[in-house]
Amino acid sequence: MNITVKLFASFRTGRFGEKNFDCPEACRISYVLQELGISESEVGVLLVNGRHGDVDYSLAPDDTLSIFPLIGGG
Amino acid sequence: MTEKIYRVNMTTLTASAEDVPQEWKTLGGRALTSTVVAKEVKPGCHPLGKYNKLVFAPGMLSGTACANSGRLSAGGKSPLTGTIKESNAGGTSSQCLARLGVKAIIIEGLPQKDAFYSMHLDKNGITIAEETELIGKGNYEVITAVRKRRGDKVGVLSIGPAGEMKMPLANISVRDPEGNMRSHGRGGLGALMGSKKIKYISIDDAGAPGVAIAEPEKFKEASRVFAKCLLDHPVTGQGLKTYGTNILVNILHEAGGLPTENFRTGRFDGHDKISGETMHDTIVERSGKPSHGCHAGCIIQCSQVYNDKKGAYLTSGFEYETIWGFGADCCIEDLDLIAQADHLMDDIGIDSIETAVTVSIAMEAGIIAFGDGPGTLRLIKEIGSGSHLGRLLGAGTAAVGKAYGLSRVPVVKGQAIPAYDPRSVKGMGITYATSTMGADHTAGYSTATNILKVGGFVDPLKKEGQVELSRNLQIATALIDSTGLCLFVAFAVLDKPEAFTAIVDMVNAKYGTSITGDDGIALGKSVLKLERGFNMEAGFNSTHDRLPEFFEELCPPHNTVWDFTDKEIDSFWDF
Repeated sequence: MNITVKLFASFRTGRFGEKNFDCPEACRISYVLQELGISESEVGVLLVNGRHGDVDYSLAPDDTLSIFPLIGGG
Repeated sequence: MTEKIYRVNMTTLTASAEDVPQEWKTLGGRALTSTVVAKEVKPGCHPLGKYNKLVFAPGMLSGTACANSGRLSAGGKSPLTGTIKESNAGGTSSQCLARLGVKAIIIEGLPQKDAFYSMHLDKNGITIAEETELIGKGNYEVITAVRKRRGDKVGVLSIGPAGEMKMPLANISVRDPEGNMRSHGRGGLGALMGSKKIKYISIDDAGAPGVAIAEPEKFKEASRVFAKCLLDHPVTGQGLKTYGTNILVNILHEAGGLPTENFRTGRFDGHDKISGETMHDTIVERSGKPSHGCHAGCIIQCSQVYNDKKGAYLTSGFEYETIWGFGADCCIEDLDLIAQADHLMDDIGIDSIETAVTVSIAMEAGIIAFGDGPGTLRLIKEIGSGSHLGRLLGAGTAAVGKAYGLSRVPVVKGQAIPAYDPRSVKGMGITYATSTMGADHTAGYSTATNILKVGGFVDPLKKEGQVELSRNLQIATALIDSTGLCLFVAFAVLDKPEAFTAIVDMVNAKYGTSITGDDGIALGKSVLKLERGFNMEAGFNSTHDRLPEFFEELCPPHNTVWDFTDKEIDSFWDF
């Protein structure tokens, strides 16, 4: 199935900002992270269609997955 | 060394040094400014009248070797909101004051003559002189001139033309190490300083005795632990240094909490053009500085120096809230134009959040169109010029909304709501509603836990847990604001208990006390209650702890609404 993956901050370095991504049906976020070479310990926030998820979340076709390192501001 | 309270009487143009009352000895920053205001200012007074006072206090740890301890608190009754106000800023003044043994400066009375004055503070005390040359001048020129007069290292607190005109969105600028601006931004304290007819205060700490530490070895050890916590945490050690606070544009957009076109939606199509990632690359391309500290001893380095296309200095301290305000909220997709706006606002001396939201209300009113960048710069210049339109805009978001008969006006207690939609970052809504300062994101930064997953996670789209979250954060913030520590240390403190212990240990080592963490929390609670007590005597009650009713409209993309009952909001104060 096809999903959209968006990367932010330091995760863009050497990778990309936004990309269509092919992955197995109902695959978990952890699979995508592994494919991208991002370790789970580096991850701060995962959003699926703008809602918080965790690495065990099962993705659906056409989902948008946004991946952030731990960031702050304000 | 004995600390002193400096009391400045602007009616008689005299200053005196007083002993610090016993009960104020271990207070600093917000705890001290709010204590002085609650004790000495009539709650019902006119904010620009003779009974109001302007109070400056360095934090409990300011002037020491503790990392990120250089915040200065300014307090008084707010000309914008009519509530008590504490606004804190970086820059060099807090450390200068602390090293001179200044516990607080309390400025009272009003000059009898129609003239402006400057104030100079050094190891010999305070002198007041009439000022003519710099009247009407912007902050950049004032700071350059004061450095020439008083030496390159002098600390400066100044107001621009907006403060002289006593506009409710006027701020107080604080010189940073390079001679650029940090700001006591919110609540119109620049108008209060303007009412006292003080153009600037210069502070020279040459020959200052320095800060007395009761137990230097203990202090050193605790400050080492604290600095290590900041450096080891990904947010305070790396993230803020690389991308600044503007890294938030993209995550708030993705999470649907980036208020756009005067809070119509939670996503802005032009987000990537104004994002922290784009800003970082632009700064690097133009040989600016992606990392910069607002005061010596800052290791977080969230500030930056942003150059224009030709590589010349344009602005610094270029923050997420400013960029959100002119970017998403006013629909301007041009980071350079927003940087020009930031420079103008620093020079005129106006709060960048209140100004940005005021401009979006001017767009709502049809004065200019949403997305009109050049029109935005023109409106900001109108404020600086003091034209009739400029005066109206200078009165802030609520006043412009009222003048144009609008109800879609995002304010609480007369202060503009900043960069997090309360329908999709619900913990922030509780903070906006209940803060003693009017809508203020820094009062209880629920975004940390709602969006960024710092200090745990509370779902931003649901009501559950938000009141408790905001309460705990507001209490902790009142404490941090009293220490002189930058609020961003909270990102490390929320995740690392040893950082909080180190703060308590440093306070104890400085004062020779033996307070506990619980005592620190109790101080935070007492500050909030003291501030609320002042507000209630000034005519505020729980009906003012409410968000504007237009937040009952759906906020795309999640189509959530503001749905807290009055009772739920009021339970915030059950502590």
